[in-house]
Amino acid sequence: MSYIDFLKEYGHRFLDGTLVTAEQFFLATLLAICIALLAGLMKLSRNRLIRGVAVVYIEFFRGTSLLVQLYWIFFVLPLFGLTFEKFTAGFVAVGMNLGAYGAELVRGGIQSVPKGQWEAAYALSLSPFKRMWRIILPQAFVNMLPPWGNLLIELLKNTALVALISVSDLMFEAKQINGSTFLSAQTFGTALIIYYVLARFVVTPFMRWLERVMRRKLGRA
Amino acid sequence: MMDEDFSQYPLELTGDDIPMVRFSRVSKRYGALTVLDNLDLDVAAGEMITIIGPSGSGKTTVLRMLMTLETINEGVIYVDGKPLTHMEKCGKLVRADRRYLRQMRAQIGMCFQHFNLFPHMTALENCMEGPVQVLGMKKAAARARSEELLELVGMADKRDQHPARLSGGQQQRVAIARALAMRPKVMLFDEVTSALDPEVIGEVTTVIRNLVDKHNLTMLMVTHQMGFAKDISDRVCFFFDGKIEEQNSPEELFSNPQKERTQQFLSAVKEAG
Amino acid sequence: MPFNWNWAFTWEILPKLLHAALNTLLAAGLGYAIAVVLGLILALAQRTPSRAVTFVIREFVEFIRSTPLILQIFFVYYVGPQFGLRLGPWTAGMIAIGLHYSAYLSEVYRGGLQAVPKGQWEACTALNLSPAKTYWRIIIPQAIPSALAGMGNYLVGIFKDTPMLSVIGVAELMHTANAIGSSSYRYLEPYTLVGIIFLAISLPTAALIRIFEGYVRRKLGLK
Repeated sequence: MSYIDFLKEYGHRFLDGTLVTAEQFFLATLLAICIALLAGLMKLSRNRLIRGVAVVYIEFFRGTSLLVQLYWIFFVLPLFGLTFEKFTAGFVAVGMNLGAYGAELVRGGIQSVPKGQWEAAYALSLSPFKRMWRIILPQAFVNMLPPWGNLLIELLKNTALVALISVSDLMFEAKQINGSTFLSAQTFGTALIIYYVLARFVVTPFMRWLERVMRRKLGRA
Repeated sequence: MMDEDFSQYPLELTGDDIPMVRFSRVSKRYGALTVLDNLDLDVAAGEMITIIGPSGSGKTTVLRMLMTLETINEGVIYVDGKPLTHMEKCGKLVRADRRYLRQMRAQIGMCFQHFNLFPHMTALENCMEGPVQVLGMKKAAARARSEELLELVGMADKRDQHPARLSGGQQQRVAIARALAMRPKVMLFDEVTSALDPEVIGEVTTVIRNLVDKHNLTMLMVTHQMGFAKDISDRVCFFFDGKIEEQNSPEELFSNPQKERTQQFLSAVKEAG
Repeated sequence: MPFNWNWAFTWEILPKLLHAALNTLLAAGLGYAIAVVLGLILALAQRTPSRAVTFVIREFVEFIRSTPLILQIFFVYYVGPQFGLRLGPWTAGMIAIGLHYSAYLSEVYRGGLQAVPKGQWEACTALNLSPAKTYWRIIIPQAIPSALAGMGNYLVGIFKDTPMLSVIGVAELMHTANAIGSSSYRYLEPYTLVGIIFLAISLPTAALIRIFEGYVRRKLGLK
């Protein structure tokens, strides 16, 4: 079977899988951003208890494997009465894991804002919330965008693990096609290229574009 | 690049009065920007030449080309009568290859504005690095030479300290000892006091003054310290726009500048204190 | 299957899991050794004067870094037999994980080398050091401390990625936990224990790496 024939026959399945991967990526990203913001801010809190919760969360999720977390959420949580459908379990695990890494970026980004900005906001008597939301976070956001670009590539790659709990993403489809055709080079090669294109020509350019837009907004362009 | 013609330049300099360094119609460009324009400059053996001028006038480039840190666009530099930037091939001058450059630049030593000491080595190890690794000296001999030179620059007591523990003035003195340890014929000082706090400039200039008085080294120095330049130079060159605008003995150039640009520059420097 | 932690079962499976943890450590160590050496080759190859070589290596590194490790593991394991070359799970796993992390480590090395100030290179020229000695004696020792943090992170990273090797049958922790789970229908204990074992190894390792980094910096007199 030529590669063209192979694509004709299985192309739609690669496409379906890619769509599921895109959905997983999108939902996990949303969750990771929320968790990162929350845990990152909590880690900067003056309250020891709040800080402690954030530290435990971050260290736990960064200290163990995503695969362990995924299996735990999918196989063990139901024993506590918390049952997730596999699709949900997939993006929740990926999002919670990458959120822990993102929290460190949020913390670093906020700390990279010069002290003078805090003092100026303080001198204007802005409320703590407004100080954070209107003055500090916008500047921190620009500073942490480049590392977030890398993190989102990691996130995209990590969504491939959801195939192991049978979410029918790109990785899963590739495994299935390989199992029935044994054309491993074509199957896994195609999947590799699709992931590469997504990372290099979709996620990365989007993040670059976002960086440019944010810089212009802050008048740094 | 292959068809460059250097036939108008001699294969080596001959005669009784060979300069230690000769720049012969040397030009340097970065894209459209000309940093050095057709420079001719001779430095006699044992002479101390100071280069002054506004920033961007090409004065540092002169030293960096002599150290072979920059390539040359046109012209030839000779050191001790032999071409530095070029070598002879079938009776013609061609651009020097890396081996030839390494061989020739052994005659030249340089001190930098930001010292560039190796941070993971002590003062003594910094001085021994060249003699041992390049000249192939025995460690004991290199140590003896380095200790002597550290003594000369007044840093013998700090020889086992790492650069991070030394003040800027101390680092610069170690850097001078490190360069001298290679026994160069020509020493280059590139704004060696510009990165220093005012109160330690003196300790570095004293060391250089000593070298001028007691050793017969050929030296080229770029500096903003006009008083120092006036005291120790045999000749001062004022650079402007990639050319030597005016050169003279220090007494003449500082007290009686001929060109308008020199006068403007000197009075601006005086204003600034 | 109600939630109840079974201690007898825990003590029964713990030795098996600890034994498997040794395989996990072995896999991480072997994979890392490959990555450390191969990464250095990839980093230095990008500093050759040849633009073509640099370009090809760069794209290769980007490709490896942009695609999932799990997919690369499948690729290496299954593509061989298609062309008559049969690799065992360990061999395929080590090639895949070593190659994957060599791409990351090459970036760490590159960053470390680029962090060495330009003046250091110039001082080497002024002292007439040969290119080999410039790298070996001056540049690399200074690149090491800044590269150590990244190298440490990826050591922990490779350790945490070894569970992916279970998919091709490498008998490491995750594989063993899966086997216990599917034969006993109890998942709570094995998966929880696996999590604990990972935490118990990766957190102290990360802390040790930070201490080691500081030690090397002091040893080199950089701080």
